Amino acid sequence: MDFITAALDYLLGIPILGWGVQVGLIYKTLLLLVCLLVFTAFILLADRKIWAAVQIRRGPNVVGPFGLLQSFADLLKFALKEAIIPAGADKILFLFAPLLTATLALAAWAVVPVGEGLAIANINLGVLYIFAISSLGVYGVIIGGWASNSKYPFLGSLRSAAQMVSYEVSIGLVIITVLLCVGSLNLSDIVRAQYEMGLAHMIGLPQLTFLNWFWLPLFPMFIVFYISALAETNRPPFDLPEAESELVAGFMTEYSATPYMLFMLGEYISILLMCALTTVMFLGGWTSPIDLPPFTWIPGVIWFVLKLSAVFFMFAMAKSIVPRYRYDQLMRIGWKLFLPLSLIMVVIVAFVLQLTGWGWHGGVA
Amino acid sequence: MTLPLFFFYVFSAIAIASAVMVISARNPVHAVLFLILTFFNAAGLFMLAGAEFLALILIVVYVGAVAVLFLFVVMMLDVDFAEMRQGFLQYAPIGVLVGAVLLLELLLVAGSFVVSPEIAGAAALPIDGGMDNIRALGQVLYTRYVFLFQGAGAVLLVAMIGAIVLTLRHKPNVKRQNPLDQVGRKPSEAVRVVKVKSGQGL
Repeated sequence: MDFITAALDYLLGIPILGWGVQVGLIYKTLLLLVCLLVFTAFILLADRKIWAAVQIRRGPNVVGPFGLLQSFADLLKFALKEAIIPAGADKILFLFAPLLTATLALAAWAVVPVGEGLAIANINLGVLYIFAISSLGVYGVIIGGWASNSKYPFLGSLRSAAQMVSYEVSIGLVIITVLLCVGSLNLSDIVRAQYEMGLAHMIGLPQLTFLNWFWLPLFPMFIVFYISALAETNRPPFDLPEAESELVAGFMTEYSATPYMLFMLGEYISILLMCALTTVMFLGGWTSPIDLPPFTWIPGVIWFVLKLSAVFFMFAMAKSIVPRYRYDQLMRIGWKLFLPLSLIMVVIVAFVLQLTGWGWHGGVA
Repeated sequence: MTLPLFFFYVFSAIAIASAVMVISARNPVHAVLFLILTFFNAAGLFMLAGAEFLALILIVVYVGAVAVLFLFVVMMLDVDFAEMRQGFLQYAPIGVLVGAVLLLELLLVAGSFVVSPEIAGAAALPIDGGMDNIRALGQVLYTRYVFLFQGAGAVLLVAMIGAIVLTLRHKPNVKRQNPLDQVGRKPSEAVRVVKVKSGQGL
């Protein structure tokens, strides 16, 4: 029974044997989950509000003040309605797909450092873990489309799988350029590297932290990552898997009630994950933009959420401004533009780092 | 029983069970999904063995890319399940024979397995215990085995070019789009403003 006590000690932080002083893993996870889900509810509302504002509409404004409780009303609606399963569907896989999507989207958040030392799992291969988990996200879509046993969902899932696999390649290469500069796959190290070295230190003004962040030296990669993140999460203008004018609702056509909500939730949480990754890799994570008192008083978590929201605002603006791409154009950008560009940047960055000796050396084990 | 041992048994049991399901599942799509579960548990075993990098790469490459294409192909197949099961008894003896030969060979290999002295020497390469997995791997891969590494890369490149050459076909009479032309087009070339008299049309 030794391992059970060890597991309980690890998970709950209850001192059964010895003095377990660490906060249990379960509490941390629950806290993150609750914060994330509530934040997602408001992000969903923000998305609709921004979209509405661009189109000079009001957006959701009935439930609660300014429509603030709209997402919770939607949640109740989804949860209380009957989930319809098509007669020809593969029942188990049909219900498994949305579960998988939502679970994977949440699982990736385990390694995201929302503040100094505030990651549930501060593992050394954090970036690779996120990459692995997000490469699994495509299964939810494929399985959902196939299990529906219907034409539009299947076409949608085929499109989406090809799209996600294609853009993963350029996302991977962008991540590699950042890793070259940092020399570590730990997400907290990436943030620390952006705080401790960079342009601001070179020009002798280390207080201007925002000049240190990788968005400046790796600007082309920042743009490539932003666009690839849009495509990877099936956001407009790359929302071809669910293009309503062609495919009704793509792989979600046959879904209703709670399974649909899980798909939706998974999608928005992986969008937030992409925003968080952008924040960590290019916008300095939890560090304040200027390293001087009024800014440093604000806790790192708040900076992180602010930056994440700013990136999401860009996502929402892209959704409302840019018209949907044609499928062949999407593939062309991915393979013929982003892939060569990011490959060349990997080579250039590696050369520059090798010749100048820049790059972070704090993480060398 | 320690925690890692417990997880070892969990991962192994699921891996073996899902591997059995791969060959016994009637629906080929289910079989591929069980294969993916097997990969996943193998990655878990790698993780327990301390090879985190290999575990995650296994997931990224095999589960995230190769198996997706596999699943694609299998989903596109128009399989008649009843017909597939018909020939089962007919082919069973051949299958059993192949399996038996394979098992025999595996047993022979396992019985006479000796680690070559050269590799035994390589295992003693000084790797710092505190070093993380990926750094240790990189330091061996890009120094001692750099030529083999490059060679493997060249083989993969040749395979990729081969696949492209085999499948690339330029059909005649197919209209192709030239994005440069499309982007470079001006309104003056594309739009003509015509004054139309009312009631007459063009």
